Amino acid sequence: MPGDERFARDLRGERDERPLGTRSEIVTGPVSDWATDFSHLEPEWATGFYSILAGLRERCPIARTERFGGGWLPTRYEDVAAIAYDTERFSSRSIIMSNFRPPRQIAPAGGSPPISSDPPFHHDARRLLLPAFTKTAASRQEPATRALCHSLIDAFGDRGVVDAASEYAQHIPMRVIARMLGFPPGDGPRFRQFVEATLEGINLPPEERIERMTALFDYLLAQVRDHLDRPRDDLTSYLISAELHGRKLAPEHVTGTMALLLIAGIDTTWSAIGASLWHLARTPSDLERLLADPGLLPTAVEELLRAYAPVTMARLVKEDMHWRGVDMRADDWILLSFPSANRDPSVFDRADEVVIDRQVNRHVAFGLGIHRCLGSHLARMELRVALEVWLERIGSFTLADPSAVTWSAGQIRGPRALPLRIG
Amino acid sequence: MRVRIDPERCQGHGRCYDLAPELFGDDDEGYGQVLGDGAVPPALAGKARLAASNCPERAIDLPGDG
Ligand code: HEM
Ligand code: SF4
Repeated sequence: MPGDERFARDLRGERDERPLGTRSEIVTGPVSDWATDFSHLEPEWATGFYSILAGLRERCPIARTERFGGGWLPTRYEDVAAIAYDTERFSSRSIIMSNFRPPRQIAPAGGSPPISSDPPFHHDARRLLLPAFTKTAASRQEPATRALCHSLIDAFGDRGVVDAASEYAQHIPMRVIARMLGFPPGDGPRFRQFVEATLEGINLPPEERIERMTALFDYLLAQVRDHLDRPRDDLTSYLISAELHGRKLAPEHVTGTMALLLIAGIDTTWSAIGASLWHLARTPSDLERLLADPGLLPTAVEELLRAYAPVTMARLVKEDMHWRGVDMRADDWILLSFPSANRDPSVFDRADEVVIDRQVNRHVAFGLGIHRCLGSHLARMELRVALEVWLERIGSFTLADPSAVTWSAGQIRGPRALPLRIG
Repeated sequence: MRVRIDPERCQGHGRCYDLAPELFGDDDEGYGQVLGDGAVPPALAGKARLAASNCPERAIDLPGDG
């Protein structure tokens, strides 16, 4: 379809013409009180994560902050679930809690459908993607994923210490999604910069953030044009030719969804694989059990997802309202903590323990309601295969230097440096 | 015992067809489907309960299970 007019122009100009959102003052620095001044971007959030959430759950289950222009942090399962289900009062117009609120006019589609979309637009935008992300579709990526995991371990050579976060976990989701979108496999390092642009660097000056986002959309547009010249059997060509309500998708819908698919699966799955290896490295009893009984792995994977759920989402309050004891204002943020819900002792027995053969496990690591993670079947496959291959090839392993392990702050939590001793 | 999925609640997490493939499958969009007429043979009662107790949306119910 060369000459597809939708992509002939530079989308950058169009983005500049869109209505502006609102910016709030950037407030950084140590948190004085988690109940009234929380911030997910300070280093103490990363180091004290579970004790901060547990403390709030007991003493102030819906915490407040004036940072980011105002927001709330519900910590109980019950409240997190109620908000995830209540798309009437809580909008997904932005799902990254930052100092920028996109204009209301971008609802209900939002900038990256379907994650940024509200009903009724959400349903059809999501439906376009569902067939490509079923369990069966995910299983078609399994042989390539397994081969990739082996090649990453081959590359360790005979070193006794490796960084499992940067040399193993990180590469797996990057390469899998690049294959599915039909992007050059060697572009991984650039994806890393795009992920940083969208999910990290939130407190950077706006000009710098805009510049980074522009680089992402320029890249995506180049991929679109390449696929217009050479259509292929991949998600990019699929989105270019897909129709919604009898018409081709708007160009910013195509690139917005491509951005989402590229970004949503990388840090999230990287974090889940890393956190699982971290747990096993420091818990020899669980490691030995899995080595002796690999059949337990699928159950263990669910428990590791519960206990170390990597993803926190956000919502924007639609209208002023009194909600479960607090006064919410229109455009207040909600930091939607699936990790906190997963550790609520009123829903999970021994909530703070990792019980790798837990039988009853309604965890919400992949969210609840209409935005249930589209990539959950793919992520589960990647996580299981990454651990299977690691256990098969490496056997026993331990933390090489516990003090060298670092965890990310922000909405995606996982180890970013994870030196392991592998023999 | 029988199994039933509430299609209004199901979001396609797939815990049911992972844990009890004898009783559940998925459709083209990944939503859970009860296989056959939903009757649970006694040997599969445990699996039916396991699936129900792992559905994050509480979409599965077991009519006739005490
Ligand atoms: C362990 C890894 C992952 C975790 C924990 C995770 C978690 C989540 C969560 C909690 C949501 C709900 C968002 C909300 O309620 O606003 C979500 C949505 C989404 N995820 Fe994932 N995710 C993971 C991997 C992936 C992968 C591999 C992809 C593949 C591209 C992906 C694509 C998406 C998309 C497209 C949505 C939006 C769905 C919608 O709004 O309808 N995720 N994810
Ligand atoms: S586990 Fe629940 S939500 Fe998931 S497919 Fe089965 S019935 Fe649907």
